[in-house]
Amino acid sequence: MQDSLKSSSYQQLEQKSKYTNMFLRWFLYFILILFASYFIFPLYVMVVTSLKTMEEIRQGTLLSWPSGLNLESWAVAWGGRGYGAGDTFLRPYFWNSIKMVVPAVFFSTFIGAMTGYVLTKWRFKGDQWVFLFLLFGCFIPFQAILLPMARTLGVLGISNSVVGLVLVHTVYGIPFTTLFFRNYYVSVPTELVKAARIDGAGFFKIFFKILLPISAPIIVVTIIWQFTQIWNDFLFGSTFSFGEAAPIQVALNNMVLSSTSVKEYNVDMASAIIAGIPTLIVYVLAGKYFIRGLTSGAVKG
Amino acid sequence: MKTLKIEELSKNFGSTEVLRKINLEIDEGNFLVLLGPSGCGKSTLLNIIAGLETINEGNVFIDDYNVSKVEPKDRNIAMVFQSYALYPSMNVRENMIFGLKQAKTSKEKIEEQLEKVSKFLQVDQLLERKPSQLSGGQRQRVAIGRALVREPRIFLFDEPLSNLDAKLRVEMRREIKKLHQQLKTTVVYVTHDQTEAMSLGTRIAIMNHGVIQQNDTPENIYNKPSNTFVADFIGSPSMNLIKGTLKETSGEISFTASGSNVEIPIKDYEFKDKSNLNNKEIYFGIRPEHIYFKKSNEIDFEINLRANLSEYIGHEQIITFDYANQEILAKFPSTIKIELAKETKLFFDITQISLFDAKTDERI
Repeated sequence: MQDSLKSSSYQQLEQKSKYTNMFLRWFLYFILILFASYFIFPLYVMVVTSLKTMEEIRQGTLLSWPSGLNLESWAVAWGGRGYGAGDTFLRPYFWNSIKMVVPAVFFSTFIGAMTGYVLTKWRFKGDQWVFLFLLFGCFIPFQAILLPMARTLGVLGISNSVVGLVLVHTVYGIPFTTLFFRNYYVSVPTELVKAARIDGAGFFKIFFKILLPISAPIIVVTIIWQFTQIWNDFLFGSTFSFGEAAPIQVALNNMVLSSTSVKEYNVDMASAIIAGIPTLIVYVLAGKYFIRGLTSGAVKG
Repeated sequence: MKTLKIEELSKNFGSTEVLRKINLEIDEGNFLVLLGPSGCGKSTLLNIIAGLETINEGNVFIDDYNVSKVEPKDRNIAMVFQSYALYPSMNVRENMIFGLKQAKTSKEKIEEQLEKVSKFLQVDQLLERKPSQLSGGQRQRVAIGRALVREPRIFLFDEPLSNLDAKLRVEMRREIKKLHQQLKTTVVYVTHDQTEAMSLGTRIAIMNHGVIQQNDTPENIYNKPSNTFVADFIGSPSMNLIKGTLKETSGEISFTASGSNVEIPIKDYEFKDKSNLNNKEIYFGIRPEHIYFKKSNEIDFEINLRANLSEYIGHEQIITFDYANQEILAKFPSTIKIELAKETKLFFDITQISLFDAKTDERI
């Protein structure tokens, strides 16, 4: 008697938990979809607007679908209308940004890897202090270094040039990249370095042959971080460069703000998307190589 | 000529003294085990021999040549690490020949060495694999192989077995022993495991607080520990140290535990110094395995003790007895039935005892 009572109550409980689970699952999807649309919405508006003509924009709503695949505003944003003075378009500035971001990401990542390597595998007296000061560099706001940096660039004779911006971004990036690599190399057993030293490898050989080949995950992280920071930077670009040497974000700003007559929303949107595409590409490409635990095999027993 | 000689070596990290005036000599072909609890400085000593740590004072000689300031690669040594330290990005072949390549060895010589060693260690089927694709035992072999191809004068092992599981550890221990028997290369081996030390070493140096406590053969370490630290460190369970005093009456020496009136006669004990033994405060050391349930020879000393606790561990049992309010442990085969809370007749093997000065903790 008691057994059957028990089993029926278990069945009830089972049923109840099934419904609860189902409800929670639907609730979860609802929330996820809500947030996803919240984030995708601005992008949707941008893409849709960039494909419309000005006529459509004036007549339709923000959300309305474009009449066709109208790429004219993209062409204007990228290459201009072809008349002389006052025509701002992104192409030259896009290449400025590429010329700035590639060396800046490369140098800051490389120097960060080196510093991280030294701070973890070639410890010296006072190395914690060096690390502490580098860490401090992460917390200095951009604005605080504008004036001293402008002066430095002036003295070096590279103000208002892509080279100058490369220097600024490299220097400003080192604290972050060092932090990344240092934290990664801390988990790499120092015995690897000892073994290599006994095998006769020197400082650079150990770095290039032993440590760098297992650093892929952190290199990817650093590249993503640095690329995004430098590509999206507006403050340094607008402060240390103007006119032809400006990076794309500055040009984008000039384009959008300097329109004399009508606001061309479609061109503005197309420009903004163009300025954002490289970062997206880096995320998509690099994300693939985001593999963890390459060293785990050598460490654990 | 000594293969390795360490002279008055001291090392500190900042204000902490890690090694204090270490003197050590190893003859060609010996297997020296540095044994001690963690933090005793044994790994630091090994790193100093390898040249991975600098020296504050003293010198290291390899083949009578002062290598104190010589780079690790030029010391003619090879080292096997606890974490194996195989280069993760290289396959087994590249791992093993990395050192030879650095030393600009000719291609033919490298191939020859690689073939010889990989066959010898049975890793010749694994040459193209990455370390992450190997099992623990295989990694260990490759790590040893990487050391072997260089044909060093001295092998250094830094706790090479502590990352392996219990079964594999015993297997690899035997393999290392075989390896040493075949190659007869001088070995310095660091471990905190006394079984490993006892079974592998031809000599054992026991360290504590940066000082070598005893450097001797395994037999002497076990039978004639030079102080209470060594006596306590070696053996499981460790040696019973019973506090008490010696008495000398007309040439006959006996021991009385404090709080007891039983006199244990001391016969055939090799005292270092026979003077001033009367009324000396000492520790009477006897190993749990030298307390018998049945009388085994004439000299055995009969005593009645009360059993308090029994720990069964399969093939044997460890019984805790009360001896004048001092706990002493004894080890018996588990076939023997011992009743707790009762007086039991036991026999101390007087030929196997060690006596230590209670003030200095040194063997007398």
